[in-house]
Amino acid sequence: MKQTDVFRWVSVVPVNLWLWLWVLLPTLMLVAVSFATREPEDLIEWTLTFDNYARLSDSLYITVFWDSLWLAGITALLCLAAGFPFAWWLTRLQPRWRALALFLIIIPFWTNSLIRTYAIKLILGKQGIINNVLLGIGVIDAPLDMLYTPGAVICGLVYILFPFMVLPLYSNLEKLDQSLLEAARDLGASRLQVLRKIVIPLTMPGIVAGVLIVFLPAMGMFYIADLLGGAKNLLLGNIIKNQFLSSMDWPFGSAISIAMIVLMGLLMLAYFQAAKRINRSGGIHDSTL
Amino acid sequence: MIRLCKWVLVSGVFLYLYVPIAVLVVNGFNANKFGNYWGGFSLKWFDKLLNNQNLMDAAGHSLVVASTSATLATVLGALGAIALYRYRFRGKQFMGGLVFVEMMAPDIVLAIAFLLMFMALGVALGFWSLLIAHTTFCVPFTLITVYSRLNNFDVSVLDAARDLGATEWTAVRKVLLPMSAPALISGWLLSFTLSLDDVIISSFVSGPGYEILPIRVYSMVKLGISPEINVLAAIMLLLSLTLIVLSQWILNRK
Repeated sequence: MKQTDVFRWVSVVPVNLWLWLWVLLPTLMLVAVSFATREPEDLIEWTLTFDNYARLSDSLYITVFWDSLWLAGITALLCLAAGFPFAWWLTRLQPRWRALALFLIIIPFWTNSLIRTYAIKLILGKQGIINNVLLGIGVIDAPLDMLYTPGAVICGLVYILFPFMVLPLYSNLEKLDQSLLEAARDLGASRLQVLRKIVIPLTMPGIVAGVLIVFLPAMGMFYIADLLGGAKNLLLGNIIKNQFLSSMDWPFGSAISIAMIVLMGLLMLAYFQAAKRINRSGGIHDSTL
Repeated sequence: MIRLCKWVLVSGVFLYLYVPIAVLVVNGFNANKFGNYWGGFSLKWFDKLLNNQNLMDAAGHSLVVASTSATLATVLGALGAIALYRYRFRGKQFMGGLVFVEMMAPDIVLAIAFLLMFMALGVALGFWSLLIAHTTFCVPFTLITVYSRLNNFDVSVLDAARDLGATEWTAVRKVLLPMSAPALISGWLLSFTLSLDDVIISSFVSGPGYEILPIRVYSMVKLGISPEINVLAAIMLLLSLTLIVLSQWILNRK
Protein backbone atom coordinates (compact mmCIF):
# COMPACT_ATOMS: atom_id res chain seq x y z
CA MET A 1 0.00 0.00 0.00
CA LYS A 2 1.33 3.43 -0.86
CA GLN A 3 1.81 6.00 1.87
CA THR A 4 -1.02 8.09 0.44
CA ASP A 5 -3.36 5.16 0.76
CA VAL A 6 -2.21 4.47 4.30
CA PHE A 7 -2.98 7.99 5.35
CA ARG A 8 -6.25 8.00 3.52
CA TRP A 9 -7.16 4.77 5.29
CA VAL A 10 -6.18 6.16 8.69
CA SER A 11 -8.29 9.27 8.27
CA VAL A 12 -11.36 7.56 6.82
CA VAL A 13 -11.68 4.20 8.54
CA PRO A 14 -11.32 4.67 12.33
CA VAL A 15 -13.72 7.58 12.61
CA ASN A 16 -16.25 5.85 10.40
CA LEU A 17 -15.98 2.65 12.42
CA TRP A 18 -16.46 4.68 15.59
CA LEU A 19 -19.52 6.43 14.23
CA TRP A 20 -21.02 3.16 12.98
CA LEU A 21 -20.40 1.39 16.25
CA TRP A 22 -21.43 4.15 18.63
CA VAL A 23 -23.95 6.23 16.67
CA LEU A 24 -25.53 4.11 13.93
CA LEU A 25 -25.80 0.78 15.77
CA PRO A 26 -27.12 2.27 19.04
CA THR A 27 -29.75 4.17 17.06
CA LEU A 28 -30.82 1.00 15.26
CA MET A 29 -30.91 -0.81 18.62
CA LEU A 30 -33.15 1.92 19.95
CA VAL A 31 -35.58 1.46 17.07
CA ALA A 32 -35.53 -2.32 17.52
CA VAL A 33 -36.09 -2.14 21.26
CA SER A 34 -39.07 0.17 20.80
CA PHE A 35 -40.83 -2.77 19.09
CA ALA A 36 -39.78 -5.31 21.72
CA THR A 37 -41.63 -6.53 24.78
CA ARG A 38 -40.85 -5.69 28.36
CA GLU A 39 -39.48 -8.52 30.45
CA PRO A 40 -39.04 -8.10 34.22
CA GLU A 41 -35.82 -10.14 34.52
CA ASP A 42 -33.76 -9.35 31.44
CA LEU A 43 -35.53 -6.02 30.73
CA ILE A 44 -36.10 -6.84 27.05
CA GLU A 45 -37.77 -9.78 25.34
CA TRP A 46 -37.46 -9.94 21.58
CA THR A 47 -41.11 -10.40 20.74
CA LEU A 48 -42.40 -8.00 18.13
CA THR A 49 -45.14 -5.74 19.41
CA PHE A 50 -46.69 -2.38 18.64
CA ASP A 51 -48.07 -2.00 22.15
CA ASN A 52 -45.38 0.48 23.14
CA TYR A 53 -46.57 2.88 20.48
CA ALA A 54 -50.22 2.16 21.19
CA ARG A 55 -49.60 3.14 24.81
CA LEU A 56 -48.46 6.59 23.69
CA SER A 57 -52.08 7.47 22.97
CA ASP A 58 -52.82 7.13 26.70
CA SER A 59 -54.07 10.50 27.91
CA LEU A 60 -51.30 10.58 30.54
CA TYR A 61 -48.60 10.55 27.89
CA ILE A 62 -50.47 12.82 25.52
CA THR A 63 -50.51 15.32 28.38
CA VAL A 64 -46.75 15.06 28.88
CA PHE A 65 -46.11 15.40 25.13
CA TRP A 66 -48.33 18.44 25.09
CA ASP A 67 -46.78 19.99 28.25
CA SER A 68 -43.34 19.34 26.87
CA LEU A 69 -44.07 20.91 23.51
CA TRP A 70 -45.69 23.84 25.18
CA LEU A 71 -42.85 24.48 27.65
CA ALA A 72 -40.19 24.06 24.96
CA GLY A 73 -42.20 26.24 22.58
CA ILE A 74 -42.61 29.08 25.08
CA THR A 75 -38.90 28.80 25.90
CA ALA A 76 -37.95 29.05 22.24
CA LEU A 77 -40.30 32.01 21.69
CA LEU A 78 -38.98 33.89 24.73
CA CYS A 79 -35.39 33.25 23.65
CA LEU A 80 -36.22 34.48 20.16
CA ALA A 81 -38.11 37.54 21.37
CA ALA A 82 -35.16 38.64 23.52
CA GLY A 83 -32.43 37.10 21.37
CA PHE A 84 -33.32 38.71 18.05
CA PRO A 85 -33.16 42.37 19.14
CA PHE A 86 -30.18 41.49 21.31
CA ALA A 87 -28.29 39.94 18.38
CA TRP A 88 -29.23 42.96 16.27
CA TRP A 89 -27.81 45.23 18.97
CA LEU A 90 -24.61 43.15 18.94
CA THR A 91 -24.09 43.68 15.21
CA ARG A 92 -24.44 47.44 15.69
CA LEU A 93 -21.70 47.72 18.31
CA GLN A 94 -18.21 48.89 17.63
CA PRO A 95 -15.92 45.90 17.05
CA ARG A 96 -14.17 46.24 20.41
CA TRP A 97 -17.39 46.36 22.43
CA ARG A 98 -18.90 43.68 20.26
CA ALA A 99 -16.07 41.29 21.13
CA LEU A 100 -16.62 42.00 24.80
CA ALA A 101 -20.40 41.52 24.58
CA LEU A 102 -20.00 38.25 22.66
CA PHE A 103 -17.51 37.11 25.25
CA LEU A 104 -20.05 37.84 28.00
CA ILE A 105 -22.65 35.77 26.14
CA ILE A 106 -20.29 32.85 25.68
CA ILE A 107 -19.10 32.65 29.32
CA PRO A 108 -22.40 31.21 30.65
CA PHE A 109 -22.42 28.80 27.71
CA TRP A 110 -19.10 27.43 28.96
CA THR A 111 -20.12 27.41 32.63
CA ASN A 112 -21.65 24.31 34.19
CA SER A 113 -25.37 24.29 33.43
CA LEU A 114 -26.31 22.17 36.44
CA ILE A 115 -24.73 24.65 38.82
CA ARG A 116 -26.44 27.51 37.03
CA THR A 117 -29.79 25.76 37.36
CA TYR A 118 -29.11 25.47 41.08
CA ALA A 119 -28.54 29.23 41.10
CA ILE A 120 -32.00 29.80 39.66
CA LYS A 121 -33.41 27.54 42.36
CA LEU A 122 -31.73 29.66 45.05
CA ILE A 123 -33.08 32.86 43.56
CA LEU A 124 -36.68 31.74 43.10
CA GLY A 125 -37.01 29.86 46.39
CA LYS A 126 -39.13 30.89 49.37
CA GLN A 127 -35.97 32.17 51.08
CA GLY A 128 -34.58 33.40 47.79
CA ILE A 129 -33.41 36.84 46.76
CA ILE A 130 -36.56 37.86 44.92
CA ASN A 131 -38.80 37.00 47.85
CA ASN A 132 -36.41 38.65 50.29
CA VAL A 133 -36.24 41.87 48.32
CA LEU A 134 -39.98 42.04 47.74
CA LEU A 135 -40.71 41.32 51.42
CA GLY A 136 -38.08 43.84 52.44
CA ILE A 137 -39.55 46.72 50.48
CA GLY A 138 -43.04 45.66 51.50
CA VAL A 139 -44.54 44.84 48.10
CA ILE A 140 -45.73 41.47 49.35
CA ASP A 141 -46.62 40.18 52.83
CA ALA A 142 -45.96 36.50 52.34
CA PRO A 143 -43.29 34.86 50.16
CA LEU A 144 -44.45 34.03 46.63
CA ASP A 145 -44.48 30.41 45.49
CA MET A 146 -42.34 30.74 42.42
CA LEU A 147 -40.29 27.57 42.65
CA TYR A 148 -41.79 24.23 41.53
CA THR A 149 -44.04 25.78 38.91
CA PRO A 150 -43.96 25.51 35.11
CA GLY A 151 -42.91 29.17 35.10
CA ALA A 152 -39.78 28.32 37.06
CA VAL A 153 -38.95 25.57 34.55
CA ILE A 154 -39.33 27.99 31.67
CA CYS A 155 -37.15 30.49 33.52
CA GLY A 156 -34.44 27.83 33.90
CA LEU A 157 -34.68 26.61 30.31
CA VAL A 158 -34.43 30.15 28.93
CA TYR A 159 -31.49 30.81 31.21
CA ILE A 160 -29.55 27.76 30.04
CA LEU A 161 -30.48 27.92 26.34
CA PHE A 162 -30.42 31.67 25.60
CA PRO A 163 -26.82 31.73 24.27
CA PHE A 164 -27.74 28.97 21.81
CA MET A 165 -30.32 31.29 20.31
CA VAL A 166 -28.16 34.41 20.19
CA LEU A 167 -25.13 32.86 18.49
CA PRO A 168 -26.80 31.57 15.27
CA LEU A 169 -28.90 34.74 15.05
CA TYR A 170 -25.82 36.88 15.44
CA SER A 171 -23.85 35.03 12.78
CA ASN A 172 -26.75 35.44 10.38
CA LEU A 173 -27.43 39.10 11.15
CA GLU A 174 -23.75 39.89 10.88
CA LYS A 175 -23.68 38.72 7.26
CA LEU A 176 -26.68 40.87 6.38
CA ASP A 177 -25.80 43.40 3.72
CA GLN A 178 -26.34 46.81 5.33
CA SER A 179 -26.70 48.54 1.97
CA LEU A 180 -29.93 46.63 1.37
CA LEU A 181 -31.40 48.26 4.43
CA GLU A 182 -30.23 51.70 3.40
CA ALA A 183 -31.63 51.17 -0.09
CA ALA A 184 -35.00 50.16 1.30
CA ARG A 185 -35.05 53.18 3.60
CA ASP A 186 -34.07 55.50 0.74
CA LEU A 187 -36.87 54.08 -1.35
CA GLY A 188 -39.30 55.07 1.38
CA ALA A 189 -39.83 51.91 3.40
CA SER A 190 -40.66 52.40 7.06
CA ARG A 191 -38.53 50.81 9.76
CA LEU A 192 -41.19 48.16 10.30
CA GLN A 193 -41.35 47.38 6.59
CA VAL A 194 -37.57 47.01 6.42
CA LEU A 195 -37.72 44.58 9.32
CA ARG A 196 -40.61 42.59 7.93
CA LYS A 197 -39.67 42.54 4.26
CA ILE A 198 -35.87 42.39 4.41
CA VAL A 199 -34.29 41.60 7.76
CA ILE A 200 -36.57 38.76 8.83
CA PRO A 201 -36.72 36.93 5.47
CA LEU A 202 -32.95 37.14 5.02
CA THR A 203 -32.18 35.89 8.52
CA MET A 204 -34.82 33.14 8.44
CA PRO A 205 -32.20 30.32 8.39
CA GLY A 206 -30.65 31.76 11.56
CA ILE A 207 -34.04 32.17 13.21
CA VAL A 208 -35.08 28.60 12.47
CA ALA A 209 -31.66 27.22 13.46
CA GLY A 210 -31.84 29.11 16.77
CA VAL A 211 -35.40 27.97 17.44
CA LEU A 212 -34.52 24.33 16.74
CA ILE A 213 -31.34 24.46 18.81
CA VAL A 214 -33.35 25.75 21.75
CA PHE A 215 -36.54 23.78 21.20
CA LEU A 216 -35.13 20.27 20.65
CA PRO A 217 -32.88 19.90 23.71
CA ALA A 218 -35.42 21.71 25.91
CA MET A 219 -37.80 18.74 25.76
CA GLY A 220 -35.12 16.44 27.14
CA MET A 221 -33.64 18.53 29.95
CA PHE A 222 -35.03 16.50 32.82
CA TYR A 223 -32.68 17.93 35.42
CA ILE A 224 -34.08 21.43 34.98
CA ALA A 225 -37.64 20.13 35.36
CA ASP A 226 -36.57 18.05 38.38
CA LEU A 227 -34.84 20.91 40.16
CA LEU A 228 -37.21 23.75 39.32
CA GLY A 229 -40.51 22.05 38.58
CA GLY A 230 -40.65 19.65 41.49
CA ALA A 231 -41.44 15.96 41.17
CA LYS A 232 -43.87 16.37 38.29
CA ASN A 233 -43.33 14.78 34.90
CA LEU A 234 -43.22 18.02 32.99
CA LEU A 235 -40.85 17.17 30.16
CA LEU A 236 -40.49 14.19 27.86
CA GLY A 237 -37.00 13.80 29.28
CA ASN A 238 -38.47 13.08 32.70
CA ILE A 239 -40.72 10.25 31.56
CA ILE A 240 -38.01 8.74 29.36
CA LYS A 241 -35.64 8.83 32.31
CA ASN A 242 -38.25 7.28 34.61
CA GLN A 243 -38.96 4.48 32.15
CA PHE A 244 -35.26 3.66 31.98
CA LEU A 245 -34.03 4.26 35.50
CA SER A 246 -37.08 3.65 37.74
CA SER A 247 -39.94 1.75 36.05
CA MET A 248 -37.46 -0.31 34.05
CA ASP A 249 -39.71 -0.39 31.00
CA TRP A 250 -37.03 0.06 28.38
CA PRO A 251 -39.13 -0.78 25.30
CA PHE A 252 -41.71 1.84 26.21
CA GLY A 253 -39.00 4.39 27.02
CA SER A 254 -37.48 3.71 23.61
CA ALA A 255 -40.85 4.16 21.92
CA ILE A 256 -41.29 7.56 23.58
CA SER A 257 -37.91 8.72 22.37
CA ILE A 258 -38.54 7.43 18.84
CA ALA A 259 -41.77 9.42 18.84
CA MET A 260 -39.71 12.42 19.94
CA ILE A 261 -37.22 11.89 17.11
CA VAL A 262 -40.04 11.64 14.57
CA LEU A 263 -41.36 14.95 15.86
CA MET A 264 -37.85 16.36 15.54
CA GLY A 265 -37.57 15.02 11.98
CA LEU A 266 -40.79 16.74 11.00
CA LEU A 267 -39.52 20.03 12.42
CA MET A 268 -36.21 19.67 10.58
CA LEU A 269 -38.10 18.99 7.38
CA ALA A 270 -39.97 22.22 7.93
CA TYR A 271 -36.61 23.94 8.39
CA PHE A 272 -35.16 22.65 5.14
CA GLN A 273 -38.34 23.58 3.31
CA ALA A 274 -38.06 27.08 4.70
CA ALA A 275 -34.36 27.28 3.84
CA LYS A 276 -35.02 26.07 0.31
CA ARG A 277 -37.74 28.59 -0.21
CA ILE A 278 -35.48 31.41 0.81
CA ASN A 279 -32.83 29.85 -1.39
CA ARG A 280 -29.86 30.65 0.77
CA SER A 281 -27.12 28.36 1.91
CA GLY A 282 -25.76 28.51 5.43
CA GLY A 283 -28.20 27.77 8.17
CA ILE A 284 -27.43 25.16 10.76
CA HIS A 285 -24.09 23.97 9.43
CA ASP A 286 -22.07 27.10 9.81
CA SER A 287 -24.09 29.05 12.30
CA THR A 288 -24.33 26.50 15.07
CA LEU A 289 -21.42 27.64 17.13
CA MET B 1 -38.26 55.53 23.33
CA ILE B 2 -36.45 52.98 21.18
CA ARG B 3 -33.22 53.82 22.97
CA LEU B 4 -34.89 53.18 26.31
CA CYS B 5 -36.27 49.81 25.16
CA LYS B 6 -32.83 48.91 23.87
CA TRP B 7 -31.13 49.59 27.18
CA VAL B 8 -33.83 47.83 29.15
CA LEU B 9 -33.41 44.77 26.93
CA VAL B 10 -29.62 44.73 26.94
CA SER B 11 -29.23 45.31 30.64
CA GLY B 12 -32.05 42.84 31.31
CA VAL B 13 -30.25 40.13 29.35
CA PHE B 14 -26.95 40.69 31.09
CA LEU B 15 -28.58 40.86 34.52
CA TYR B 16 -30.50 37.67 33.82
CA LEU B 17 -27.32 35.89 32.74
CA TYR B 18 -25.06 37.15 35.49
CA VAL B 19 -27.09 37.81 38.66
CA PRO B 20 -27.57 34.07 39.36
CA ILE B 21 -23.87 33.39 38.83
CA ALA B 22 -22.95 36.34 41.05
CA VAL B 23 -25.33 35.13 43.77
CA LEU B 24 -23.62 31.75 43.79
CA VAL B 25 -20.13 33.17 43.91
CA VAL B 26 -20.98 35.66 46.66
CA ASN B 27 -22.74 32.98 48.71
CA GLY B 28 -19.72 30.76 48.37
CA PHE B 29 -18.02 33.13 50.81
CA ASN B 30 -21.05 33.97 52.91
CA ALA B 31 -21.02 32.64 56.49
CA ASN B 32 -24.83 32.39 56.44
CA LYS B 33 -25.82 28.96 55.17
CA PHE B 34 -29.06 29.89 53.43
CA GLY B 35 -27.62 32.91 51.70
CA ASN B 36 -30.66 35.08 52.38
CA TYR B 37 -28.58 37.76 54.11
CA TRP B 38 -24.91 38.55 54.38
CA GLY B 39 -23.50 36.77 57.43
CA GLY B 40 -19.92 37.93 57.03
CA PHE B 41 -17.01 36.68 54.97
CA SER B 42 -16.08 33.08 55.53
CA LEU B 43 -13.99 30.37 53.94
CA LYS B 44 -15.77 27.57 55.79
CA TRP B 45 -17.64 26.31 52.69
CA PHE B 46 -14.37 26.16 50.85
CA ASP B 47 -13.01 24.06 53.67
CA LYS B 48 -16.11 21.88 53.64
CA LEU B 49 -15.77 21.40 49.89
CA LEU B 50 -12.18 20.23 50.22
CA ASN B 51 -13.19 17.82 52.98
CA ASN B 52 -16.10 16.36 51.03
CA GLN B 53 -14.29 13.22 49.92
CA ASN B 54 -17.08 11.94 47.64
CA LEU B 55 -17.23 15.23 45.81
CA MET B 56 -13.46 15.47 45.48
CA ASP B 57 -13.27 11.90 44.15
CA ALA B 58 -16.03 12.68 41.66
CA ALA B 59 -14.16 15.82 40.57
CA GLY B 60 -11.02 13.76 40.03
CA HIS B 61 -12.93 11.20 37.96
CA SER B 62 -14.50 13.99 35.94
CA LEU B 63 -11.14 15.53 35.11
CA VAL B 64 -9.83 12.14 33.97
CA VAL B 65 -12.89 11.38 31.84
CA ALA B 66 -13.03 14.92 30.41
CA SER B 67 -9.37 15.06 29.43
CA THR B 68 -9.19 11.56 27.92
CA SER B 69 -12.48 11.84 26.06
CA ALA B 70 -11.55 15.32 24.80
CA THR B 71 -8.26 13.96 23.50
CA LEU B 72 -9.88 10.97 21.81
CA ALA B 73 -12.64 13.15 20.36
CA THR B 74 -10.07 15.62 19.01
CA VAL B 75 -8.09 12.86 17.29
CA LEU B 76 -11.22 11.27 15.80
CA GLY B 77 -12.75 14.62 14.90
CA ALA B 78 -9.56 15.80 13.21
CA LEU B 79 -9.26 12.58 11.23
CA GLY B 80 -12.90 12.84 10.25
CA ALA B 81 -12.48 16.47 9.20
CA ILE B 82 -9.42 15.59 7.08
CA ALA B 83 -11.34 12.68 5.55
CA LEU B 84 -14.25 14.93 4.61
CA TYR B 85 -11.99 17.78 3.46
CA ARG B 86 -9.33 15.91 1.51
CA TYR B 87 -10.57 12.51 0.39
CA ARG B 88 -13.34 11.03 -1.66
CA PHE B 89 -14.66 7.75 -0.38
CA ARG B 90 -17.78 5.68 -0.43
CA GLY B 91 -20.20 6.63 2.32
CA LYS B 92 -18.85 10.16 2.62
CA GLN B 93 -22.31 11.70 2.51
CA PHE B 94 -23.55 9.08 4.92
CA MET B 95 -20.76 9.98 7.34
CA GLY B 96 -21.69 13.65 7.13
CA GLY B 97 -25.30 12.68 7.76
CA LEU B 98 -24.39 10.65 10.85
CA VAL B 99 -22.42 13.55 12.29
CA PHE B 100 -25.25 15.97 11.58
CA VAL B 101 -27.92 13.72 13.05
CA GLU B 102 -25.82 13.09 16.14
CA MET B 103 -25.35 16.79 16.64
CA MET B 104 -29.05 17.57 16.33
CA ALA B 105 -30.29 14.58 18.34
CA PRO B 106 -31.38 15.54 21.85
CA ASP B 107 -28.96 14.31 24.52
CA ILE B 108 -31.61 12.15 26.13
CA VAL B 109 -32.00 10.09 22.95
CA LEU B 110 -28.25 9.60 22.64
CA ALA B 111 -28.17 8.66 26.30
CA ILE B 112 -30.62 5.78 26.03
CA ALA B 113 -29.13 4.61 22.74
CA PHE B 114 -25.72 4.39 24.47
CA LEU B 115 -27.24 2.58 27.43
CA LEU B 116 -28.92 -0.01 25.21
CA MET B 117 -25.69 -0.55 23.27
CA PHE B 118 -23.57 -0.94 26.41
CA MET B 119 -26.04 -3.49 27.78
CA ALA B 120 -26.06 -5.40 24.50
CA LEU B 121 -22.27 -5.52 24.34
CA GLY B 122 -21.89 -6.21 28.04
CA VAL B 123 -19.88 -3.03 28.72
CA ALA B 124 -20.00 -2.41 32.48
CA LEU B 125 -21.23 1.07 33.43
CA GLY B 126 -18.26 3.00 34.77
CA PHE B 127 -15.14 4.58 33.38
CA TRP B 128 -15.23 2.91 29.95
CA SER B 129 -18.88 3.56 29.27
CA LEU B 130 -18.43 7.21 30.24
CA LEU B 131 -15.31 7.54 28.12
CA ILE B 132 -17.00 6.08 25.04
CA ALA B 133 -20.18 8.10 25.47
CA HIS B 134 -18.40 11.40 26.11
CA THR B 135 -15.99 10.87 23.23
CA THR B 136 -18.87 10.10 20.90
CA PHE B 137 -20.94 13.15 21.74
CA CYS B 138 -17.89 15.42 21.44
CA VAL B 139 -16.77 14.14 18.01
CA PRO B 140 -19.23 16.24 15.96
CA PHE B 141 -18.05 19.41 17.73
CA THR B 142 -14.34 18.78 17.18
CA LEU B 143 -14.99 17.61 13.63
CA ILE B 144 -16.89 20.76 12.73
CA THR B 145 -14.37 23.05 14.43
CA VAL B 146 -11.46 21.51 12.50
CA TYR B 147 -13.42 21.23 9.26
CA SER B 148 -14.44 24.87 9.22
CA ARG B 149 -10.85 25.89 9.94
CA LEU B 150 -9.59 23.77 7.02
CA ASN B 151 -12.32 25.14 4.79
CA ASN B 152 -10.95 28.64 5.23
CA PHE B 153 -7.68 27.57 3.67
CA ASP B 154 -6.76 27.09 0.06
CA VAL B 155 -6.71 23.41 -0.96
CA SER B 156 -3.98 24.15 -3.49
CA VAL B 157 -1.48 24.64 -0.66
CA LEU B 158 -1.57 20.91 -0.06
CA ASP B 159 -1.34 20.08 -3.77
CA ALA B 160 1.59 22.48 -4.05
CA ALA B 161 3.38 20.63 -1.25
CA ARG B 162 2.74 17.33 -3.00
CA ASP B 163 3.91 18.71 -6.37
CA LEU B 164 7.09 19.96 -4.78
CA GLY B 165 7.87 16.42 -3.75
CA ALA B 166 6.50 16.14 -0.23
CA THR B 167 5.11 12.77 0.68
CA GLU B 168 1.50 12.62 1.85
CA TRP B 169 2.68 12.24 5.44
CA THR B 170 5.02 15.23 5.16
CA ALA B 171 2.26 17.32 3.59
CA VAL B 172 -0.04 16.42 6.43
CA ARG B 173 2.58 17.03 9.09
CA LYS B 174 4.03 20.26 7.70
CA VAL B 175 0.93 21.83 6.16
CA LEU B 176 -2.33 20.36 7.34
CA LEU B 177 -1.53 19.94 11.03
CA PRO B 178 -0.04 23.42 11.61
CA MET B 179 -2.98 24.85 9.66
CA SER B 180 -5.51 23.15 11.88
CA ALA B 181 -3.61 23.45 15.19
CA PRO B 182 -5.74 26.30 16.62
CA ALA B 183 -8.92 24.40 15.80
CA LEU B 184 -7.52 21.26 17.41
CA ILE B 185 -6.81 23.10 20.63
CA SER B 186 -10.10 24.95 20.78
CA GLY B 187 -11.97 21.76 19.84
CA TRP B 188 -10.24 20.00 22.71
CA LEU B 189 -11.19 22.77 25.14
CA LEU B 190 -14.80 22.72 23.96
CA SER B 191 -14.98 18.94 24.36
CA PHE B 192 -13.43 19.17 27.80
CA THR B 193 -16.09 21.68 28.86
CA LEU B 194 -18.94 19.70 27.30
CA SER B 195 -17.79 16.60 29.13
CA LEU B 196 -17.61 18.40 32.49
CA ASP B 197 -21.03 19.91 31.84
CA ASP B 198 -22.93 16.81 30.79
CA VAL B 199 -25.66 15.65 33.16
CA ILE B 200 -28.12 13.96 30.83
CA ILE B 201 -25.95 11.35 29.13
CA SER B 202 -23.85 10.69 32.23
CA SER B 203 -26.97 9.98 34.31
CA PHE B 204 -27.60 6.97 32.11
CA VAL B 205 -24.12 5.62 31.49
CA SER B 206 -22.34 6.08 34.81
CA GLY B 207 -22.32 3.36 37.43
CA PRO B 208 -22.32 3.55 41.23
CA GLY B 209 -18.63 2.60 41.36
CA TYR B 210 -17.43 5.51 39.28
CA GLU B 211 -19.25 8.73 40.02
CA ILE B 212 -18.42 11.92 38.15
CA LEU B 213 -18.89 15.51 39.19
CA PRO B 214 -22.19 16.38 37.45
CA ILE B 215 -23.87 13.27 38.87
CA ARG B 216 -22.56 13.93 42.39
CA VAL B 217 -23.61 17.58 42.22
CA TYR B 218 -27.01 16.60 40.86
CA SER B 219 -27.76 14.34 43.79
CA MET B 220 -26.55 17.03 46.20
CA VAL B 221 -28.66 19.87 44.79
CA LYS B 222 -31.74 17.67 44.50
CA LEU B 223 -31.69 17.17 48.26
CA GLY B 224 -31.61 20.82 49.23
CA ILE B 225 -29.20 23.60 49.98
CA SER B 226 -25.51 22.73 49.84
CA PRO B 227 -23.26 25.75 50.31
CA GLU B 228 -20.22 23.80 49.07
CA ILE B 229 -21.83 23.91 45.64
CA ASN B 230 -21.53 27.70 45.71
CA VAL B 231 -17.78 27.53 46.19
CA LEU B 232 -17.61 24.87 43.52
CA ALA B 233 -19.49 27.27 41.22
CA ALA B 234 -16.88 29.95 41.85
CA ILE B 235 -14.09 27.52 41.00
CA MET B 236 -15.87 26.23 37.89
CA LEU B 237 -16.51 29.79 36.73
CA LEU B 238 -12.84 30.58 37.07
CA LEU B 239 -11.98 27.40 35.17
CA SER B 240 -14.39 28.13 32.32
CA LEU B 241 -13.18 31.73 32.13
CA THR B 242 -9.61 30.50 31.76
CA LEU B 243 -10.57 27.91 29.15
CA ILE B 244 -12.62 30.31 27.07
CA VAL B 245 -9.98 33.04 27.11
CA LEU B 246 -7.41 30.45 26.10
CA SER B 247 -9.62 29.09 23.35
CA GLN B 248 -10.50 32.51 21.89
CA TRP B 249 -6.92 33.62 22.02
CA ILE B 250 -5.72 30.49 20.23
CA LEU B 251 -8.46 30.58 17.59
CA ASN B 252 -7.89 34.23 16.77
CA ARG B 253 -4.16 33.87 16.45
CA LYS B 254 -3.31 33.54 12.81
